[in-house]
Amino acid sequence: MPAPEHLIIAPVLIPLIAGALMLFYEDRQRRAKRVISFIAVAALVVVAHDLLNLARRGGEAGTVGVYLLGNWPPPFAIVLVLDRLAAMMLLLTAVLGLGALIFASARWDRRGQHFHSLFMFILTGLNGAFLTGDLFNLFVFFEVMLAASYGLALHGSGALRVRASLHYIAINLAASLLFLIGVSLIYGVTGTLNMADLAAQIPTLPAEQKPLLKAAAAILGIAFLVKAAMWPLCFWLPITYLAAAPPVAAMFAMLSKVGVYVILRMTSLFGTGVGETGIGAEILVAGGFATVAFGTFGVLASQGLGRLAGSTVLVSSGTLLAVIGLFGLGGGSHLVAAGLYYLVSSTLAISALFLIIELVERDEGSFATVFAVTAELYGFSEDAADEDEPLVGPVLPGVFTVLSVCYACVALLIAGLPPLAGFMAKFAILSAAFNPEGIGTDGPPSPLAFALTGLLLVSGLAAMIALVRTGIQTFWGPVDEEDRTRAALVELVPVIGLIAITLYMTVQANSVMRYMEATARSLSEPHLYVETVLGARPYVIEETAPVDAGGEGEAR
Amino acid sequence: MELVLSLAIGVLVASGVWLLLRPRTYQVIVGLALLAHGVNLFIFSMGRLRTGASPILSKEGAVAAGAYADPVPQALVLTAIVISFATTALFLVVLIAARGFTDTDHVDGKESD
Repeated sequence: MPAPEHLIIAPVLIPLIAGALMLFYEDRQRRAKRVISFIAVAALVVVAHDLLNLARRGGEAGTVGVYLLGNWPPPFAIVLVLDRLAAMMLLLTAVLGLGALIFASARWDRRGQHFHSLFMFILTGLNGAFLTGDLFNLFVFFEVMLAASYGLALHGSGALRVRASLHYIAINLAASLLFLIGVSLIYGVTGTLNMADLAAQIPTLPAEQKPLLKAAAAILGIAFLVKAAMWPLCFWLPITYLAAAPPVAAMFAMLSKVGVYVILRMTSLFGTGVGETGIGAEILVAGGFATVAFGTFGVLASQGLGRLAGSTVLVSSGTLLAVIGLFGLGGGSHLVAAGLYYLVSSTLAISALFLIIELVERDEGSFATVFAVTAELYGFSEDAADEDEPLVGPVLPGVFTVLSVCYACVALLIAGLPPLAGFMAKFAILSAAFNPEGIGTDGPPSPLAFALTGLLLVSGLAAMIALVRTGIQTFWGPVDEEDRTRAALVELVPVIGLIAITLYMTVQANSVMRYMEATARSLSEPHLYVETVLGARPYVIEETAPVDAGGEGEAR
Repeated sequence: MELVLSLAIGVLVASGVWLLLRPRTYQVIVGLALLAHGVNLFIFSMGRLRTGASPILSKEGAVAAGAYADPVPQALVLTAIVISFATTALFLVVLIAARGFTDTDHVDGKESD
């Protein structure tokens, strides 16, 4: 009977083993692959849910779970750390993964080879990046995630995808090298790579080492900001997401949030030690504002839904970066709580949007041309030559109506209009920006709060205009009866499911926000994280039975 | 030795950045490879440069830590070499595929003029 802390490594192991296992199957045995993928992702959802409950134990403070991979006492060797933030990101990843996988199983996993294995490996990388407590291990999981994402971005092939992937891979390889420079500089300065140990050591560092450390953090930050797509490091994003296969793009919406997650983690752990205002918090605020502005222009200028969705990713990233920057400047934990709520709701909404776009534009537009090219080049003619290929599962009547309702929900979510979660997220962010200490406290609001308000409202308005304009063209335009969109039930289920989760977040906003508030408080005071990780003790192996040495008891 | 190493890193990185910004895919991949080598040397140097010091501790008794080289950057650099090699190989495949699709080796898939 494995102890609960062994569960911490499960989100890395399950997809890794499933992905490796599926390499033994030919692509013709797609049914077997689907079954394995579904079992793995469903297990991931269950495990992530259990881990969330594990992290919630212990009341207000929560629990930090530590898993010593090499059974060495920290700060030596690599540790996995589970706290509220990591658990939340794990659950979000698992849910998005399930949605994207269900969607892909209708037809997209047939467009190229090894879709399921690559999909599992991207989940491995994502989960590992959220769990790891070691900077270099973070690099390794980043590379696992990126390597799988290169394969997935190319899934389906075609000239557009290959060209977009070329840029995507080149910029990410360059960013990875910056990551390495930053990590090794930090090791050179402090002599440790354990994040908790770094957080403990940075405040005691001699003053002459601080500039080097700040330089290292800045170089490292660039690598994450490329991933999070902060302006001006974001020009690769819209075209890559447009070109990627829709279920892949839905998963990529999570990929940009990894950069945001790491920046938040670094701000939380290292931020207070270096200066009064954290590392580069001003740059994060300015960059976040610029990204929102750039994304807003992108949203308004987009001719098609694909580009529009890519630009909404930018707006979402920019908002979160600005929120984290304000947090680094001392914006208080309420702001982060609101930001986390926004992170979850906007990621779900954008993923759903990517899926809807494919269903709507199925018979025309860019995706159809990509299909045609792919089919000829890769000899999938019997698969893809006729668009009348039987979809898996029963074809739903009234698809168009269901889709238009889903589209309206997503538009409300992204634009941040009541009554859905998008509105509550934006409202919470703005309220926290104006009242850093909580509602009811006095003191003039900062000019940054006004700037944030203006940008958020304008970007919401722009998103509304663009989404409504495209929606009118798409759903209210003249449609031939034969050209009506066809979609299988399995393709609508993930779309409706993702939207249903945001509805749940709207109805249960109180309990969700309470979780986010507790998460944000632990982020603004990361003592528990640092002490638990550094206090973890390895198991003493006597004979064959592992015995708890006592130190781990504190972790629970 | 410090001078030689820093010169080597500097030349590798400078050439790498220059090539990375060139318009031909082949130049980009060679640039990335050079950059990766420069970065690998840089990681290695972060463990402080030692001559004739082994990174593996001997078994018997107490050891003088100062007599050994830092093993962690050497482990890191091994990992970094493997990863950058693999991703560069993958990039090579994409590069050739792009050449096949677009009939040009320009990074944008079409000649700029």
